Amino acid sequence: MVLKSVEKTRRETLAMAAIAGLAAILAPRLSLADEQAVAAEIKKLYGDKKFESGKIKLDVPEIAENGLVVPVNVDIESPMTDADYVKSVHVFAEGNPLPAVVSYRFTPACGKASASTRMRLAETQNIVCIAEMSNGKLHMAKANVKVTIGGCGG
Amino acid sequence: MATKPTPRVRVPTQAKPGELIEIKTLISHEMESGQRKDAAGKVVPRKIINKFTAAFNGKTVFEADWNPAISANPYQSFFYKAAESGEFTFTWKDDDGSDYVATNKLTVA
Repeated sequence: MVLKSVEKTRRETLAMAAIAGLAAILAPRLSLADEQAVAAEIKKLYGDKKFESGKIKLDVPEIAENGLVVPVNVDIESPMTDADYVKSVHVFAEGNPLPAVVSYRFTPACGKASASTRMRLAETQNIVCIAEMSNGKLHMAKANVKVTIGGCGG
Repeated sequence: MATKPTPRVRVPTQAKPGELIEIKTLISHEMESGQRKDAAGKVVPRKIINKFTAAFNGKTVFEADWNPAISANPYQSFFYKAAESGEFTFTWKDDDGSDYVATNKLTVA
């Protein structure tokens, strides 16, 4: 919103305040709905199992200028031996029309549980990454990406 | 429509036993998300590559399930711990049922 005149009228100021207020009321509800979509996807996969933090390095840019091509790198700390390795990794985007982004299945032959790809993001949002270890333990990490130009529709 | 997707893969040709190598792949594909509308306002039907598989000497080492959120001309990189000489087979599965395949030899010495 760019106001050309420095002196804002009383009416404009009130209108601005009203818009800001409305946005503040609506915004958390919108993001909550998307969070729920991701939570539902995760529940489909793993039920009500508990997630631990740590072990996951989710590397996404803080600010993505182009939502059509956003690099996403996951790196999970693991010895990657036959006895202890990362089985699968799922990446979700909370603000996309379809929350699922990518699912990886690793094997001990990988030597390192790390993979990179590029994704589309519709808007500024949180990225959720979950990792399933061979011993059944689950880990979760989140990161926020600010998107300047959305990558859906158009 | 677009031309036939061509895969491009970067794998070292030689590695030492136990060496961790990074494999980088790229394939040309529009990855039509099924979310877009054309000029007439009709939804453009989804057509993406939904699965990428990497196998070494016939044994699957890495798999990725791609969703419409993956960018056009999808890039995928991952790691492999070199153990023996052999051949990588990379397979991309399209929504329309076709497979795109690339092979690369690796010599371990």
